[in-house]
Amino acid sequence: MIAVGYTMIYGVILLINFAHGEIYMLGAFFAVTFISLLGLPFYVAFFLSMACCAICGVLLDIVAYRPLRQSPRLAALITAIGMSIFLQNLAMVIWGSRPKPFPNEALPAYFEKTAVSFSGVNLSWFHLFIFGVTIVMMVGLNLIIKKTRWGKAMRAVAQNQTMAALTGINVNRVISYTFALAGALGGAAGIMVAAFYNSLYPTMGYVAGVKAFAAAVLGGIGSVPGAMLGGVVLGVAEAFGAGYLSSLYRDGISYAVMIIVIIFIPAGLFGKVLKETKKSM
Amino acid sequence: MLLKLDNVKTYYGNIRALKGISIEVEEGEIVCLIGGNGAGKSTTLMTISGVLTPVEGNVLYQGQSIVAVRPDNIVQMGICQVPEGRMIFPLLTVMENLDLGAYLRKDKNGIKEDFERIFRLFPVLRERRKQHGGTLSGGEQQMLAIARALMARPRLLLLDEPSLGLAPILVDSIFETIRQINEQGTTILLVEQNAQLALQFSHRGYVIETGEIALADSSTELLKNEQVKKAYLGE
Ligand SMILES: Nc1ncnc2c1ncn2[C@@H]1O[C@H](COP(=O)(O)OP(=O)(O)O)[C@@H](O)[C@H]1O
Ligand SMILES: [Mg+2]
Repeated sequence: MIAVGYTMIYGVILLINFAHGEIYMLGAFFAVTFISLLGLPFYVAFFLSMACCAICGVLLDIVAYRPLRQSPRLAALITAIGMSIFLQNLAMVIWGSRPKPFPNEALPAYFEKTAVSFSGVNLSWFHLFIFGVTIVMMVGLNLIIKKTRWGKAMRAVAQNQTMAALTGINVNRVISYTFALAGALGGAAGIMVAAFYNSLYPTMGYVAGVKAFAAAVLGGIGSVPGAMLGGVVLGVAEAFGAGYLSSLYRDGISYAVMIIVIIFIPAGLFGKVLKETKKSM
Repeated sequence: MLLKLDNVKTYYGNIRALKGISIEVEEGEIVCLIGGNGAGKSTTLMTISGVLTPVEGNVLYQGQSIVAVRPDNIVQMGICQVPEGRMIFPLLTVMENLDLGAYLRKDKNGIKEDFERIFRLFPVLRERRKQHGGTLSGGEQQMLAIARALMARPRLLLLDEPSLGLAPILVDSIFETIRQINEQGTTILLVEQNAQLALQFSHRGYVIETGEIALADSSTELLKNEQVKKAYLGE
């Protein structure tokens, strides 16, 4: 899901938003803060935190990237890395650098209960929740991009900003919406992962961000279905790698996949289609 | 006066692309701007559309300054541009390209009517409506680019080199269509390197040379002008 956020922003403004992993981290911390400090129920905290992440995404764009829109790509890239480090440190100052447990008692009680079980594998309601939310978001995202007026505007901005402006699209606003959507998705992912592993820490976004970036590269950066597929493939590869080699190699596998993809299929799995269409213009 | 450029100077960094351009366009006219490669024609149109901001001078539309107004707001005010190289969205379908032309409009019925009007004007677009813009031929892309601009129901249409890269037969039919669009009430500012054609199809013309207006007259006079004949008509 973070991979999708990356690829969406790259797809629209050709910027690798390295700070996206930090939004995911913030999502987890926001949710925990809402739960433990304000005593909000899990679902409310979940949506509120997504909303905050959407706002963070937009602010990130306005503060860090918009002033650099006309500058060389490298400047924005360096800013992205800088923002990533800044947000990590900000989180350390606010919430401390130690890993925190997720307030499990706030999760609905039935999350623990087994929902389905077949041939010895038990899936809890929490598994189903994660699975369901992910599916709904992915399908929803696809519908937004494919069918809505705003989705069309997003794709237009991605293909040609000048022309998009000449058809009457407010380019900066569309980019803001894209950051908001990517932020909300990233935030949701952060909360679910933190709750699932019962742990959250300021650098969690960094590792996840690298993996998501690998997934996006694998899928062909800029392609949303590619990022979804890349995420699945990478997850399976990691599970196998951890199973057959050693769980120590788990994180290394993402890097290895990324390097192999960049060397052998730089366009990624789905990027190729894009390239060919461009050639035929 | 629908559009008036008053001593407009536009720079790219320290490259002085426009060194003080003054142009006027009356409601209902076809005005052409002719000049060689690099003279500043596209820069003039991009300045009018608000993509570029002049460092000096003024652009007045219906008497109101539109300098530093955002491009999407300028479209909203009724000025649409078909840029050089057509700039079709290659990965959007023909239909989606046209939908984006009507991006700022809310009148569903009017949009429907305009689709019909556009498919009458360019029947080939109806056949191709589900295809990606990038798969169209050059001529079809030019038609799509013009059609997309018309979907906004512009009052003033800016056309940047519509003849570029098209076969001669196609060029004639595109220009016939441009005349038709004008007769249906749209004012047109036409930029061309093909001076002969542009002067035949317009009421008045300006000749632009290295960022300055060198000549301004009615198109019939410019066609007879010795200087124009030598420099632009190859006679
Ligand atoms: N993006 C740009 N950056 C720098 N210089 C440019 C740019 N675009 C155009 N120019 C320069 O501005 C001048 C006018 O260009 P342009 O308006 O495109 O001419 P025309 O459309 O008449 O061929 C040329 O000298 C060109 O080299
Ligand atoms: Mg030009």
